[in-house]
Amino acid sequence: MSEQTNNTDQSFSFDELPDAPPKRKIKLSWPGKIGIAIVLFWSVIVVIGPTIAPYHEADILDEDLFIVPGSDEMYPDTEFQPPSKIVYLGSDYIGRDLLSRILYGARTTIGISVLATLLAYLIGVTAGIAASVGSRYLDMGLSRVNDALLSIPSIMFALVLIAALNSPGIFWLILITGFIYAASVFRIARSLGQEVMVSDFVEAAKVRGEGLWWIITREILPNIAMPLATDFGLRFVWVILFISSLSFLGLGVQPPMSDWGSMVKENLPGLVLGSYAPLMPAFAIASLTISVNMIVDDLSAATGGKLAKRMIS
Amino acid sequence: MIWRALLARLGISLVTLWVVSVLIFIGTNLLPGDVAQIILGQMATPENTAVLREKLGLDKHPVEQYLVWLSNVMMGDLGISKAGLGAGLGTPIVEMLGPRIDNTAMLTVLVGAIAIPISVALGLLAAMHPGTRLDRTITFSTLNIISIPDFLIATILVLVFAVSLGWLPSIVYLRGDESGWVLMKTIAMPLMTLVILSSSQIIRMTRATVLNVMSSPYVEMAILKGVPRRRIILRHALFNAIGPIVNVIALNLAWLVGGVVVVEQIFSYPGLAKLMIEAVQMRDMPLVQACAMIFCAVYVVLIFIADMATILSNPRLRHPK
Repeated sequence: MSEQTNNTDQSFSFDELPDAPPKRKIKLSWPGKIGIAIVLFWSVIVVIGPTIAPYHEADILDEDLFIVPGSDEMYPDTEFQPPSKIVYLGSDYIGRDLLSRILYGARTTIGISVLATLLAYLIGVTAGIAASVGSRYLDMGLSRVNDALLSIPSIMFALVLIAALNSPGIFWLILITGFIYAASVFRIARSLGQEVMVSDFVEAAKVRGEGLWWIITREILPNIAMPLATDFGLRFVWVILFISSLSFLGLGVQPPMSDWGSMVKENLPGLVLGSYAPLMPAFAIASLTISVNMIVDDLSAATGGKLAKRMIS
Repeated sequence: MIWRALLARLGISLVTLWVVSVLIFIGTNLLPGDVAQIILGQMATPENTAVLREKLGLDKHPVEQYLVWLSNVMMGDLGISKAGLGAGLGTPIVEMLGPRIDNTAMLTVLVGAIAIPISVALGLLAAMHPGTRLDRTITFSTLNIISIPDFLIATILVLVFAVSLGWLPSIVYLRGDESGWVLMKTIAMPLMTLVILSSSQIIRMTRATVLNVMSSPYVEMAILKGVPRRRIILRHALFNAIGPIVNVIALNLAWLVGGVVVVEQIFSYPGLAKLMIEAVQMRDMPLVQACAMIFCAVYVVLIFIADMATILSNPRLRHPK
């Protein structure tokens, strides 16, 4: 390192750029490692879930399947059956295979959440950077609109829009969620962008005569990428919980599509009958959200960010 | 000086509330088509649609409609609901709201009364012994609780206390004349769920706030002059953390809105949030508007209190240069 610096100093040329600082190693704790394993597991399920599912998500299982060999009962119950060789995790309130529905539902729940979070980031980061590099009036305008959006509880906002649109489909669900969460992304992206904009190296780039686009792509984006990535994890967790809550209220994903939140809702009556059917999809959600939070915890410990502070917004 | 800061903040809150009312009005009027016809649904005839249109003021310009709606809301007239339309022109929303607001207010006040002391104490305890097993246990379990869905906590509680032990009812039947022990037993389940939900967030943030104060120079000074740790926390750190902690509590009570919606639904608690869900399912737009306005107003007031706590507790903000 020092030799190279001396070389460039002597020749006064920049044919060799100085070394980049050593990459910070992210040390993962045990919960973090388990978290990564679980997230990878669910990502695989999103891809192959419907292929490996024993039944289709909407299949109502035949009574014949449940007839115990040797018994004289011809019409056994198919609803809320305990786990067995026919239904590995039991059956749900109208006799569908719970495991298959969870495997199918992974694609719906995770797919919608990822798309909605990406949309929130697309809108939020674009507007946030525009506000931090743009004129004072643009910044003020965008910030005021954002403050107004943030002063409505997100679930209220969603309920009003869902009522107005009359049980909208998945497309609208993604759009509404992405739009609502864009507001908090905007706030973070704007404050991170402003921090970079007042730094010396941006000043230097401006003096050098670099254009606005160059500054955004070469200076701002690389510098805010890491904190935004950490925030993406947290935002993703909120979005999963949010969409699951909407589905749980019966206002999100509509039947017969399976989605983890609505599966909890529809199987809730089984709880009193001694069935664990509502718990399985709820645990699926929890496993994913806890895992992401554990990974984010490790990431933010490595970058020195304070998770607790971020959790407010 | 301080009054000016207060008034400025109050002004911002009022403007926010106004913008929120515009947003809600636009949101509920997004749908294309005739609201009167949608409200009446299958019962729509040309005659009663026309009557309802006039009654709702739908024949006027949207801006005029908004102004009429706003002035009615200001005077306590929240409009009429779709419910009971068969007989006449619907039930006045104000009548429907009364008992629901009482129920939700009772629930949230009790949640606050239980959750706030417990969680501030636990947060302080964790901050007093950072890095110890106690602290790690508290931090880890609260992080887990805030990352799982609200309805999972409720489901597990139902499983334990209603199904396995049979101590508590899994659904709330409020007749309105319960008191004391019976009332507590009836609403115990939603109460417990909400206490767990809100306290984990308050514990985490109390801990973070106190630790933040603990890293300030005057605490270092106190350590150097040999003040015992307990005294530093209770005498120096806590007083400076009170503002941020009140801020945290107000923010979390506001954040509880989402939790209340899910919890009231799962235990069929006859509160405001459940009324709103029913309104959304029935597409009873005036009722949706009214409920959303109430929730948003409470939210804005809580945020205002949160900001006030920050300003009042910080001398530098209290006397701006």
